[in-house]
Amino acid sequence: MANRVISEMGLPKSISNVFAARNLITAKDVLSLTEFDLMELLDIGLSEVVSAIAHISEITCPPYQTALSLWKQHSQTENHPSFLPTHLNGLDAALCGGIPNGVLTEVVGPAGIGKTQFCLKLSLLASLPKTYGGLCGKVIYIDVESKFSSKRLIEIGFNSFPELFRMKGMAEEMAGRIVVLQPESLSEFTESLQQIKVLLLQQQVKLLIVDSMTALVSGEYEQGHSRQNQLGWHISFIKSLAELSQIPVVLTNQVRSQSFDQISRYSFEDPTRSDSHLVAALGINWAHAVTIRLVLEAISGQRYIKVAKSPISPPLAFPFIVSASGILLLSDDGREMAGPQVNTIRHQGHSAIMHSMQEDCHQSD
Amino acid sequence: MEVSRLPVSASTRGKLISAGYTSFSSLSNFSPSELAIAVKIPEKEADEILKLATHDGKSDNTKGTQAVVSGGQTAWDMLKEDEGLRCITTSCAALDKILGGGINCKEVTEIGGVPGIGKTQLGIQLAINVQIPHEHGGLAAKAIYIDTEGSFMVERVLQIAAACLSEYYELPRRGSNANQPNRQPQDLLENIYYFRVCSYTEQIAAINYLGKFIKEHKEVKIVIVDSITFHFRQDFENMALRTRLLSELALKLMKVANEFKLAVVLLNQVTTKYSEGSVHLTLALGDSWSHASTNRIILHWNANERYAYIDKSPTLQSSSAPYAVTGKGIRDSVSDHKRAKLM
Repeated sequence: MANRVISEMGLPKSISNVFAARNLITAKDVLSLTEFDLMELLDIGLSEVVSAIAHISEITCPPYQTALSLWKQHSQTENHPSFLPTHLNGLDAALCGGIPNGVLTEVVGPAGIGKTQFCLKLSLLASLPKTYGGLCGKVIYIDVESKFSSKRLIEIGFNSFPELFRMKGMAEEMAGRIVVLQPESLSEFTESLQQIKVLLLQQQVKLLIVDSMTALVSGEYEQGHSRQNQLGWHISFIKSLAELSQIPVVLTNQVRSQSFDQISRYSFEDPTRSDSHLVAALGINWAHAVTIRLVLEAISGQRYIKVAKSPISPPLAFPFIVSASGILLLSDDGREMAGPQVNTIRHQGHSAIMHSMQEDCHQSD
Repeated sequence: MEVSRLPVSASTRGKLISAGYTSFSSLSNFSPSELAIAVKIPEKEADEILKLATHDGKSDNTKGTQAVVSGGQTAWDMLKEDEGLRCITTSCAALDKILGGGINCKEVTEIGGVPGIGKTQLGIQLAINVQIPHEHGGLAAKAIYIDTEGSFMVERVLQIAAACLSEYYELPRRGSNANQPNRQPQDLLENIYYFRVCSYTEQIAAINYLGKFIKEHKEVKIVIVDSITFHFRQDFENMALRTRLLSELALKLMKVANEFKLAVVLLNQVTTKYSEGSVHLTLALGDSWSHASTNRIILHWNANERYAYIDKSPTLQSSSAPYAVTGKGIRDSVSDHKRAKLM
């Protein structure tokens, strides 16, 4: 409502004319100025300025709700739940049902850990009929890295829900509900976001996925600072999209190795200590913006999915494998993590394989 | 007093000065109609100018029954007043202890920390705790929650409310309150006024509007802004404008805190700062903003525990205390309990 027009706010005619004459059209224009600036610019007295600002503020200020009415809104929509179940029982229980509507959920992890697999499974789940625990809706999948594989999608479908996918035409229908966009540049992405905003309101879209946010900017900007600024608009826009349409939004984020300078990034007092080898590629500004952060990592060959940031769940880690039917949890009882461990992203890289190959070479010598 | 300091429009002021009236004393003998003719302004305006001029003059010397300068207050009076104020507990004894009992009313407290450390959790906890009834040492008041990030999750509020109820309300009540009906978690939710602001303009508007809103809802004793930072970090190119808007916001919030004797809690994000060749973490919004709040608390990880550290405060010693985020909300750190028991 920042762009509400002053002339329609019911100010006294004489005052609203003065605002118009000085080219102060919207609430944003006026509220960016101080009282004193306005007195000078509009050539009116202090009392008029004060009352005009109070009036404009009151109208521009969004209406309040009590938390109770908010809760009633959430709980009333029984038949369309306020989350998307991931069908990973342990994770669903920790998140009180699944990926929540209306907020951003981030999946971060090293290359090849299973981020895209997780997204594919989610998009499939959102498109499933309600009888199978899905949302029976459309999915918009923004595939920045060209990693989306429809073949793999169908494969996951066949393995997870064989009865459904063996029905004639079902695979086609399910896959037909998933719309894949492949923007090639940040500006193209910006454009498609704006189109999506309209689409979300008209269509039965139940999930938005961006895989990955990092690829959009990492190529074009080298300095971390400009990268953050570049995404500033997108962060608030995607957040408002999620909230407006009340659908879950899932974004993936890559990792990069931590430079020595940034060792202190998650601790204020203790700059010498550091366990982590990798950090999320998008910086701390981004990390503040997401409501839920899921970290995928590998420790000595075992993959874990961790709830690293969540307003509801305690920090839990679940071991998982990537199977033919997508990600499977090995245990539904998460291990609670202590301290900053939740934010570390471990990955042994290729050292284990390389090492064994070296040994093989030695043996053949 | 100079005419140039009168809060009237620039052109009227110009007319006064060009007609030779530069000080209030030169206006003192005029009647409105005389002034109107002398300066060629409408009589109504002239009347207003004279009112302003005489009012200003009077307040300087006559209003001083208690204080010498109007609007002032002696330190003794302030002390008396502050003694009557109660603190809002954080539900973590160690944290309350270093805060001198909890979050203070009449003060602006800024709380910052890395993502996922529990800023929003603390904010929600305070919005619930402000409602603790008098007989349990609370304020029995209401809360305003200004959400700029959309991270307020009502399901979580319900959890914390239920935990708070089971701890405070089901204790045996003293005397006459025994027949009071049991409160439900939903009742606590009803006392949280939630504003969702989606741009910095709305944020400014909401804070401007606070005064009026609180006048209509007098029970409000805490205002939580989660976070003050978010909209000011996204697409803001004009840093000078940002600094100015922020300092104005800070002033307004302080005014609200003082006028209505309520606590203002601002949650802030952290950012990386580059200085002396290395990157380190600091609270967002820059150096001039760091003067804006009365108290500044930084939440951080220390080994495996969450700690709160008092970074800035006029009254409190800088110290730190461990806390934990549990299913019930903010609580004492478990290992701290153990330590206490051992001692």
